[in-house]
Amino acid sequence: MHLLVCGGSGCHASANGDIAKALNEALQLSGLNDEIQVVTTGCFGFCEKGPIVKVLPDNTFYVEVQPEDAEIIVQEHIIKGRKVEKLLYKDPEKDEKISDSAKMDFYKKQIRIALRNCGVINPENIDEYIAREGYQALGKVLGELGDQKTIETMKQSGLRGRGGGGFPTGLKWQFANTNQSDEKYVVCNADEGDPGAFMDRSILEGDPHSVIEAMTINGYAIGANLGLVYIRAEYPLAIKRLKKALEQAKEYGLLGKDVMGSGFDFDIQLRYGAGAFVCGEETALIHSMEGQRGEPTVKPPYPAESGFRGKPTNVNNVETFANIPVIINKGADWFAKIGNKKSTGTKVFALAGKVNNVGLIEVPMGTTLREVIFDIGGGIKDGKKFKAVQTGGPSGGCLTEKHLDTPIDYDNLIEAGSMMGSGGMIVMDEDDCMVSVAKFYLDFTVEESCGKCTPCRVGNKRLYEILHKITEGKGEPEDLDKLRNLSSVIKETSLCGLGQTSPNPVVSTMENFWEEYEQHVKEKKCAAGSCKNLMSYHIIEENCVGCTACARKCPVNCISGEKKQVHKIDQELCIKCGNCMDVCKFNAVEII
Amino acid sequence: MQETINITINKKPVEVEKGTTVYQAARKININIPVLCYMELEDMGVKHNPGGCRVCVVEVEGVKNLMPSCVTKCWDGMNVKTNTARVLNARKTVVELILSDHPFDCLICAKNGTCDLQKMAQDLGIREIHYQGEQSTYREDTSPAIIREMDKCINCRRCETMCNDVQTVGALSGINRGFEAVVAPAFEQNLEHSPCTYCGQCVAVCPTGALTEVDHSNHVLRALADPQKTVVVQTAPAVRAALGEEFGMEAGTLVTGKMTRALRDLGFDYVFDTDFAADLTIMEEGTELLDRLNKHLNGDKNVKLPILTSCCPGWVSFFEHHFPELKDIPSTARSPQQMFGAVAKNYFAEKINKNRKDLVVVSIMPCVAKKYERSREEFANNGDSDVNYSITTRELSHLIKQANIDFNTLEDDDFDKPLGESTGAAVIFGTTGGVIEAATRTAYEIHTGKNLEKVDFEELRGMEGIRKASVDFDGQEIKIGIAHGLGNARKLLENIKQGKSEFHAIEIMACPGGCIGGGGQPLHHGDSSIIKARQKAIYQEDAGKKIRKSHENPFIKELYEEYLGKPGSEKSHDLLHTHYFDRKKRWIKK
Amino acid sequence: MAKIKSLDDLKKMQSDLQSKINIREQGENPESHVQIKVAMATCGIASGAKEIMDFLINATGKRNLDVVVTQTGCMGYCHSEPTIEVNRPGEDPVIYGDVDVKKADEILEKHVKRGELVDGIIPVTHKTIDETK
Repeated sequence: MHLLVCGGSGCHASANGDIAKALNEALQLSGLNDEIQVVTTGCFGFCEKGPIVKVLPDNTFYVEVQPEDAEIIVQEHIIKGRKVEKLLYKDPEKDEKISDSAKMDFYKKQIRIALRNCGVINPENIDEYIAREGYQALGKVLGELGDQKTIETMKQSGLRGRGGGGFPTGLKWQFANTNQSDEKYVVCNADEGDPGAFMDRSILEGDPHSVIEAMTINGYAIGANLGLVYIRAEYPLAIKRLKKALEQAKEYGLLGKDVMGSGFDFDIQLRYGAGAFVCGEETALIHSMEGQRGEPTVKPPYPAESGFRGKPTNVNNVETFANIPVIINKGADWFAKIGNKKSTGTKVFALAGKVNNVGLIEVPMGTTLREVIFDIGGGIKDGKKFKAVQTGGPSGGCLTEKHLDTPIDYDNLIEAGSMMGSGGMIVMDEDDCMVSVAKFYLDFTVEESCGKCTPCRVGNKRLYEILHKITEGKGEPEDLDKLRNLSSVIKETSLCGLGQTSPNPVVSTMENFWEEYEQHVKEKKCAAGSCKNLMSYHIIEENCVGCTACARKCPVNCISGEKKQVHKIDQELCIKCGNCMDVCKFNAVEII
Repeated sequence: MQETINITINKKPVEVEKGTTVYQAARKININIPVLCYMELEDMGVKHNPGGCRVCVVEVEGVKNLMPSCVTKCWDGMNVKTNTARVLNARKTVVELILSDHPFDCLICAKNGTCDLQKMAQDLGIREIHYQGEQSTYREDTSPAIIREMDKCINCRRCETMCNDVQTVGALSGINRGFEAVVAPAFEQNLEHSPCTYCGQCVAVCPTGALTEVDHSNHVLRALADPQKTVVVQTAPAVRAALGEEFGMEAGTLVTGKMTRALRDLGFDYVFDTDFAADLTIMEEGTELLDRLNKHLNGDKNVKLPILTSCCPGWVSFFEHHFPELKDIPSTARSPQQMFGAVAKNYFAEKINKNRKDLVVVSIMPCVAKKYERSREEFANNGDSDVNYSITTRELSHLIKQANIDFNTLEDDDFDKPLGESTGAAVIFGTTGGVIEAATRTAYEIHTGKNLEKVDFEELRGMEGIRKASVDFDGQEIKIGIAHGLGNARKLLENIKQGKSEFHAIEIMACPGGCIGGGGQPLHHGDSSIIKARQKAIYQEDAGKKIRKSHENPFIKELYEEYLGKPGSEKSHDLLHTHYFDRKKRWIKK
Repeated sequence: MAKIKSLDDLKKMQSDLQSKINIREQGENPESHVQIKVAMATCGIASGAKEIMDFLINATGKRNLDVVVTQTGCMGYCHSEPTIEVNRPGEDPVIYGDVDVKKADEILEKHVKRGELVDGIIPVTHKTIDETK
């Protein structure tokens, strides 16, 4: 028998003592400590009801457990075999207590569809994929469905592009299917570039066959015989596993000439990207594959009309493809029931930043930001205050407290001033300066702009320069107007999605954290304490005992003062390294 | 029948063909949407609309963002507004952004007054640049013909389209990204280390001062002021059909007489004509053509046909760079500029008793490649080039203006003799199809021994990039090909390489339209009607000439009698012919 | 390998493969046939999964444990890499996070050999596609 005690940081914060210790003590008193082990675990993802204790093997799930409950758990549950009623979860709607965690799936906020095989199968063994219904969707498409019904299924499922834009996948396929041509192509966009996003890499590394199967289905549905995976050369492991998977699929007759004896030929080749962010834009990606400079061209014509080598081409990203075999196997209705009406299914996010459980998560559309950050993410690190969450990478925006209960879907995020993007989600706390955050993203866009159109090439550079000026404490009130006008012009005049969304981090932070901008410009202050030029270290006279510790640690010798006398920091020389504050034991250094 | 579409622009309805862009539709009803990167030479196969500058954005009802009118195609029922406050603000901001990364040395810029960006700023009434910051800086790249000052590049990428798509030279392309993006040869090498042919089409289309010709006008002024020097000038045929434009005249105005007068007023000792050398070229090249043709007709399997013209230095560089394996096919005749130089520095210098080093030969050319051509080592004698300076039509106009000459009121004047006398055949060297027509006039008469009744070969004229024609040489059909623009030339060369060429003779000119559209001409700003008008003027000049066949030029006859002997003689070969080099190895490491 | 020619081929193959797994899981000797999966995506490898994998293969060999050690992709628990999953026949799989060599050794000695769980379990917080109605 085991007692699993949640040791997640979220529960730690809400517990007033050490439950595991209390349980061990109670067991010892009853002389059961040899038979029953207390084991600490990670977060159960139900932090609002934490701390949690789970009893194995009967799967009893106790919520809001306090150390003083240890004894009753041992006495009642373990010795007498009776469940402790008061610690069971009470369903607020049905008003009944639920004890078996198997019946408590509702607290599991994640559903893994795109990630279904990641971390489950050995990606280098096709048999393990086949054992989990692998390639049956392809068999179904080739045998029963045919192209039109397949496209119809895709449309009914409501699946939208997971690369960021959210264009309905079925519709995209239909366009490519309708456009007549001697040659057509399927392209898998694996040029994942958002800072901090790595779901596509994880899928290719963990479940390459799902993408191969989906691309083949796509090829059959639109009438293409060649698929191309445009993958970052910086993903060597994904490339290796994908190559191995391609070989295995060919060996099994699931790819290549006469796929599954259907007479349909389909091959997949790899194309390597050199890591330019803009090459995630589909026209730029296609140009890059053609050996041209990786820069976008004006749409229309869309790739479905004139894509790779001028032929109809369907481009979808890795995560989109990974969903497709499941949709075919389980049916469009099954998929459409998950998520929202307009955004169906799930979305994978790379949850990062100041959150306890950083990781790759997959949640149904419509899950709120609060659930993601506080339940799955286990809340903010070190008990700090939540400040903002950035979604959509450099094209997205920063959402704040008031958006926490917004259900995540394509349209809601855009309405809130951000976007889905490819699924980066970075959580920020009170120590993050929003002007600096905007500057960080602009720095990225300036670096990654292809330079083709003026607003993106020069405009973003100027945006960055103004933000830099503000964080240096040199901002003037008219700079704020300039930021506004320039942002709106860049958004509405840029050629491709990169430029059209690049000011979003500025616009959304100005919208949601206006006072912070004003503070930087007018008061020359950075409340988060991250803009070095806007802060200064001072010694609080009442607290300073003259221990000289700070003076000794100061790398530029700018702290003066006799032993046992109040010390002083020379502001002219101070480089704001913060050593004095770290070393002071008397809380005598403050930041102003 | 073409499908038509109805749209509304600024409340005015307009009916257009399907596929028409908003920009084109607007022009149809006299709404001038400003464009910067966009350029189209109608009917000449040159189109550049990357939608990159974003100056031409307009508001389209129902569309969230502003749309670039130069690439956006009209759809039925489209409602467009080109001048709302939102559009004007965006457009001004975009131009301000371009200006914020552009040097402010307009007053001393080579493009001062002809710069598209300058005009744009003026038209939009920009008086302040709200967004200032770092400016891009690049080292200056000077070659024998073209200077690249990329600080002034606005990334319109017109040059890239000319160099890659139209000319298929591939010397210039976009490199780097973001704020560092710029157009440059591969690896940011100098032009000299690229396959650049100096055709100058990049210069011809550059909207700013980023790409300009190497200016030699000061050297010319210095030579003119040197009492030791006798300064001789030659003017190419296409110059007289375009120079007037620099003085506000309508395109296609012939200014031969005024130009001659102005050159004399500038102080040139002898005002001669490249056309004289063009006639000489026909004698040499025509003889070579007939020689090869006769050998071919007599069954000689070693003779190489088609023969290709060789008067265009951009074209010569092109095959030296890209088709060195075909370097035995073009005629060995030097270009008229170089024939003139050789005759002037030898025959004429002797005639007036001057040391060739004291004779300065200046050429006025519609071309920037001529600057490079004159610098080629094989065209010099002990370091003294046959042609000392080559300046463009544009540079000549600056010289005339500097010298306080009121060009428009000048009396007409004539060229000096003997090197100023020419025929109509020489004049048409300035346009595509002209060289081969001139050659045909002479070759026909020499080959058939008959008098040519009608000298106008309409079948050889026109503006299509590649043209084919057959000429009846008294029962013998001669197949002629014509290409202008190096991309078109490439197509014919590929055929030759594969042994599929049907032609006996091919004329190639590097620039679209031929020399009238040269890189040294007054800027056309994307208006192909200007180039067409120049072509008309050239044929007009030809029609007005008393003598219209090169071999009938009396001074040519005299030159052969007195000095050269006959076409193709040893002396002719020495002075008037050349050989070609494999230049591929210069930029491709084997 | 013969080529797969139809959906039926695939389905048959799936059931064959599954029964192989079942035999392994319901074998008579439960101590044998334990499976350990190591999350070997780039992120896992970067935080040391390769060393854990090597250790597990060596140690199970030396200690004569009948354990199959395989690699798998990212399990999603970036906060606790490297992660491994222990499957004892007839029991729910258990995932451990922040596994170092010491922890891996403890897992082998306690969990694999004796069925005793050890600290560092990562509870499963997601539903699979089959659990989703």
